[in-house]
Amino acid sequence: MDPLDIARWQFAITTVYHFMFVPISIGLSAIVAGYETAWLRTGHEKWLRLTKFFGKLFLINFAIGVVTGIVQEFQFGMNWSDYSRFVGDVFGAPLAVEGLLAFFLESTFLGLWIFGWDRLPAKVHAACIWLVHVGTLFSAYFILAANSFMQHPVGYAYNPTTGRAEMDDFAAVLFNKVQLVTFPHVVLSAYMTGAAFVVAVAFWHLVRRSTPEQDVSMYRRAVRTGAAIVMAAGIGVAVSGDVQGKIMTEVQPMKMAAAEALYDTEAPADFSLFTLGSLDGTEEKFSIKVPGLLSFLATGTPDGEVAGINDLRATYQETYGQDPGATYYSPGSYTPVVPITYWTFRIMIGLGLAAAAVAAWILVATRSDRMPRGRALMWAVTALPFLPLLANSSGWIFTEMGRQPWSVFGLMTTAQAVSSGVSAGEVLTSLIVFTLLYGVLAVVEVRLLLDYIRTGAEPVEPTSSTDPDGAADKPLAFAY
Amino acid sequence: MELTTVWFGLITVLWIGYFCLEGFDFGVGMLLPVLAEDDTERRVLINTIGPVWDGNEVWVLVAGGATFAAFPEWYATLFSGFYMPLLLILVALIVRGLAFEYRAKRDDDAWRRNWDISIFVGSLVPSLLWGVAFANILRGVPIDSDLEYVGGFFDLLSPYALLGGLMTLLLFLTHGAMFIALKTDGPVRHRAGRLAVRVGAGAAVAAVLFLGWTQLETGSAASAVAFALAAASLLAGLHAALQRREGWAFVGTFAAIALGVAGLFLALFPDVMPTSLAGGASLTTSNASATHYTLTIMTVVAAIFTPVVLAYQAWTYWVFRKRIAVHHIPQATAVTSRA
Ligand code: HDD
Ligand code: HEM
Ligand code: HEM
Repeated sequence: MDPLDIARWQFAITTVYHFMFVPISIGLSAIVAGYETAWLRTGHEKWLRLTKFFGKLFLINFAIGVVTGIVQEFQFGMNWSDYSRFVGDVFGAPLAVEGLLAFFLESTFLGLWIFGWDRLPAKVHAACIWLVHVGTLFSAYFILAANSFMQHPVGYAYNPTTGRAEMDDFAAVLFNKVQLVTFPHVVLSAYMTGAAFVVAVAFWHLVRRSTPEQDVSMYRRAVRTGAAIVMAAGIGVAVSGDVQGKIMTEVQPMKMAAAEALYDTEAPADFSLFTLGSLDGTEEKFSIKVPGLLSFLATGTPDGEVAGINDLRATYQETYGQDPGATYYSPGSYTPVVPITYWTFRIMIGLGLAAAAVAAWILVATRSDRMPRGRALMWAVTALPFLPLLANSSGWIFTEMGRQPWSVFGLMTTAQAVSSGVSAGEVLTSLIVFTLLYGVLAVVEVRLLLDYIRTGAEPVEPTSSTDPDGAADKPLAFAY
Repeated sequence: MELTTVWFGLITVLWIGYFCLEGFDFGVGMLLPVLAEDDTERRVLINTIGPVWDGNEVWVLVAGGATFAAFPEWYATLFSGFYMPLLLILVALIVRGLAFEYRAKRDDDAWRRNWDISIFVGSLVPSLLWGVAFANILRGVPIDSDLEYVGGFFDLLSPYALLGGLMTLLLFLTHGAMFIALKTDGPVRHRAGRLAVRVGAGAAVAAVLFLGWTQLETGSAASAVAFALAAASLLAGLHAALQRREGWAFVGTFAAIALGVAGLFLALFPDVMPTSLAGGASLTTSNASATHYTLTIMTVVAAIFTPVVLAYQAWTYWVFRKRIAVHHIPQATAVTSRA
């Protein structure tokens, strides 16, 4: 294999893995902060117990999010050094700002939150977890701004003397129109994911026979608030996704065509829910179609014209033929891998809708103090956390594969981006090392999570005074 | 002053922050099997750095990000050139970070033993390799005229580089022992104090050799002053440790590391990564840098937010300023394993 393919596999594996933990961290930090605030407001013990219970699960997840993030930060230089040289002047800035604004905030205030239970006044302690959440949002904002630049480069000029893209408008990079819709889409899908996790865990305790009588109402609250968040965030995700589709059609029309495997321009264009045919979609044997839906997703009107792959390829060749990328690919590769873009787009939307539907079902099944029952519901709830999680991965795989062959759209191809000085052996070594290590970590983390989930929300000891110095000689709260 | 010089200075500051802070938590990690006699003592040691190690680690992430933004060529050549050492460092940081978080989460001896090993190895490997990496940057590595690294892994392991690695290793051990003596109470505190002096003597020898060698090869007048002050601080720190003045002892190693790193960057300037090839080209603050526009933006951001970060990190150290002893460690905090 050549270093390019290995580097791409490594980026895909490590990033998708990082993004298994990221949405849970973003969503769960907000929910735990909400619980702690509810406890401060009402003084009701159940909120404190939920804070501590989901707080522990949050920490177990956050730890992997952090350590896998470090790999991401270094990877641009290690595997994509030509990319780093070419766009570093633009791309480095949001990354550096992310570190300064987000990572310091997250890690410092998380330390204070974990160890500060009886060292900090209660309000300050709750503020710490809110700041952690704000940190995760900053982090998402700046890294997504960097990614949006790759989808739709703005705020730069190509300098032929230095042979690189140089930033001339930082605000344009930060408020890229792609970024302005990507950020809500990703953050809302993270809330959906975090809330789905809470719902499934709390639901399991709610219906378990061994759950003490007095805990039932606590778990019910967690289930119902969580399900409401899943639904609300789900609607937001769909709305923002719809806007994204239109912007995508504008800036990367080939991606929209590949999302539908639409080879020839059509008006109106239908959206197929499901297709059987040849793998690349050129020949279709069976499919279920919603008339005009693709037109609507892409243009906002049910009979708008959607450009097809063949026509777009011709246009792209005219536009980008003379680009720095021209010598690196065959013209055919202007088309992304259609089966992947086609299916990941459907999986993302389908699983997201399914998650919202399960949440609605739960709200109905638990209304006015009802005890939910039925095997089908149990299975649906067990599947619930995986639905948005897989929708997230699919969304990213769609976005990134749909951008191919470009690394930075219209400017630099993926083949040009890879490190020229790094050997296939080196990249292969790191790919194997990370894959094995990540595999082991997944097993360790899941087993640990399951143990803590099974234990449930433990009773809390009567809370001590929160006088920071009076607590001098007691055992540490939350010690390692 | 030129903005490229300002950013060279800021990146120096970030590495100083990283080595002074993460340096002691690497030290604590390496001393885990040495200083603690039972599990409770091990937990005392880990809890001294519990609230802060992650914040300390972010310094290196920001140093990396700042290098990317301010000197993209440097970031690209450095990270792709030092591929294998960085891979090892990454693996070390991954297992170490998880170990802190997971170790106490299950009441099981084998589980704890595995994470203890992770903490030890995960602290040792970067302590050694950061020194090796910096020594190579100073000495120069094979970089061709396209500013691309063309050497292999074993080119990085010269005697000079290994001496650099030994120096950082011993310095961080000393720094960690000083920190433990300052932050704990009971038998661990005294063991740490005694060990700090002994390892510190070795660190002083390694530092004098390595910094002297560097000064002879690439030093400037400014780096000579910094190296001399670094050596003096280290000796003053050891002296304070002998007298059991733990606060001053820690300040001593802290200052020694800060001045040593400052000296290394002064010796490097204005190169950022010199070449060792006859026909090659060195990366310098001017040919590796970002544009004036980007540097201006980044300067404004750094000027506003660096003080804020420093303020809240300092506040964290203030909140957790108390010494920790065996009686502060709660009993069971973990679930019992059912796996
Ligand atoms: C939408 C959000 C998002 C996205 C797309 C990414 N990350 Fe991430 N990252 C986070 C959101 C996040 C997060 C929520 O802030 C963290 C903190 C803990 C966690 O689980 O995720 C995180 C942790 C984290 C850390 C550790 C920070 C620490 O030590 O506290 C680093 C260095 C990175 N990330 C770097 C990256 C890079 C280089 C990415 C691009 C390929 C990336 N992340 C994608
Ligand atoms: C937000 C910050 C991100 C940036 C800056 C980024 C950048 C990149 C880069 C440099 C590559 C390799 C070269 C290329 O194909 O262009 C890549 C590929 C890829 N990324 Fe992203 N990415 C980001 C986020 C993500 C996330 C969060 C995911 C998924 C969870 C993801 C999924 C992928 C996949 C699957 C590939 C492989 C595509 C292929 O090789 O064909 N990316 N991205
Ligand atoms: C009706 C539902 C949805 C629509 C119409 C939709 C639309 C889109 C579109 C058009 C993109 C590509 C943006 C681009 O490449 O420029 C995208 C990306 C993405 N989607 Fe969705 N989506 C939906 C549901 C979901 C759900 C439920 C999730 C997760 C829970 C999700 C997570 C993502 C992620 C993580 C990305 C990649 C990042 C990005 O580019 O925003 N989406 N979505």
